[in-house]
Amino acid sequence: MDGEKAAVDRMAELRAAVALELPNVDFVLGYGRGFDPLHATPVAVRGEKDLARLIFDPTCVQNLATCLYGLRGKRMGLVVKGCDSRSVIQLLQEKIVERENLVIFGLPCDGVLDMAKVRVAADITRVREVRFEENQVRLLLPGGETVLSRRDVLADKCLRCRYPNPLIHDHMIGAELPAQSAEDTYADIEAFEKLSTQERFDFWKRQMSRCIRCYACRNACPLCVCKHVCLADSREPHWLSSEATLQEKWLFQVMHALHLAGRCTECGECQRSCPMGIPILLLKRKMNRELKDIFNYEAGVSLDAVPPLHTFLMEEDKIKDRGLLW
Amino acid sequence: MQDMGRDYRIIGFLCNWCSYGGADAAGVARFSQPTDLRIIRVPCSGRVDPMFVAKALLSGADGVLVSGCHPRDCHYTEGNLYARRRLEMLRRFLPIIGVDERRFEYIWVSASEGSRWRDMVTKFTEKIHELGPMPRMAEAARTLCVLDGMLGHSLAQPDMSQPGADASPKNGAMLTLDDIAGLNGKGGVNGR
Repeated sequence: MDGEKAAVDRMAELRAAVALELPNVDFVLGYGRGFDPLHATPVAVRGEKDLARLIFDPTCVQNLATCLYGLRGKRMGLVVKGCDSRSVIQLLQEKIVERENLVIFGLPCDGVLDMAKVRVAADITRVREVRFEENQVRLLLPGGETVLSRRDVLADKCLRCRYPNPLIHDHMIGAELPAQSAEDTYADIEAFEKLSTQERFDFWKRQMSRCIRCYACRNACPLCVCKHVCLADSREPHWLSSEATLQEKWLFQVMHALHLAGRCTECGECQRSCPMGIPILLLKRKMNRELKDIFNYEAGVSLDAVPPLHTFLMEEDKIKDRGLLW
Repeated sequence: MQDMGRDYRIIGFLCNWCSYGGADAAGVARFSQPTDLRIIRVPCSGRVDPMFVAKALLSGADGVLVSGCHPRDCHYTEGNLYARRRLEMLRRFLPIIGVDERRFEYIWVSASEGSRWRDMVTKFTEKIHELGPMPRMAEAARTLCVLDGMLGHSLAQPDMSQPGADASPKNGAMLTLDDIAGLNGKGGVNGR
């Protein structure tokens, strides 16, 4: 069992690195075991005795960078996967958190679970044990063992992952992994855009009718950094009313996507945290696709890149002069 | 011009220095123009937050027109150059939310171009009339909708595997105000 030995070695390496840095930081934020073997939960390691609680496996779905904004000013360590590291870079680029306050433990990641997919594949309410193998996930359930194909239960973002290795780190734990794909094909957007405009509108109308306006998407977003003055809660200006109408819910989703233009790193936390399973990541992916096309830019990849909406060119390459076309 | 008997709601965001002057020039020259446009004067096209456009379109406007100074001619030197990037992103974003991107346009009109302004407004208005009224996200029959969501679709994303499978607004539980208006006779939605 080479895989298991590698996992054990990696955890030993992570614990050693965290132990090494503990004197320099207030705490280290990592993953611990949640209420059952399929769930992980954030854990703050404050001393040697907490080290044993650290875990890392495909159940570590959360993006811990979401905590950074609320904890800014503290000197802390953070455990990140490849995708999470992009959120960290974006926050650093926007000068929202300070690099010198942050010790980053980077873990190359070969994909995390999509619990919605697991739930569809098996009844996991009383899962006893989970084992991750090369291409399979073994669940020990009260009714016996269930084997799922790993590809079937990985999150969509992992199937098209281009950054499995953290792009920013102080300690790299374990060996680097190859990317799943070189380019994002945006096949989901292509398929969605084959629908007519009216069908797309009806699709969202239907999805918004399920939205319970809990704002989990906002709260889980690592880049929603004006939560305390969020326009959704503001009365002056009064962008959104508190009426529970489709229109208000929809305008909030559009606003979230517009405010993430050029910033979203597609960590997928909005969609993952949605209790109603509304595919809101689609909106942000569309924005990123157009950003890539017009400005050849990707958020959260480089610390010193200039965000395209913060600058301009006198003559734009990809933007045609409007108003002469019709 | 078809369907010109009925006014649509078109919102125009005009920059104070060029386009508002251009629209004024068109008025002073007594050009005849469509009456669908409601103009909001802003200090600069760079002031136009894409959210203005989104809010207008989702709250009942059938079209939105943003107009500013020509590039290189901005009163504040570079406001319209930032606006150009933002508005182009917005224009390309609109299809995914089910809004026809032709309902939104941004143009450059200077203070002396009264006749160009007239042409632009007339063409844009004609285009909106061709597209018809903007579909509304009117509230659906509320309790039924909530039940529909809770019972059938709380797992994964069933709609993604078969997009539009039963997304028809005529689907029983999803009877909307639009449908009801539709039953009561044509044009009920727009008899506002």
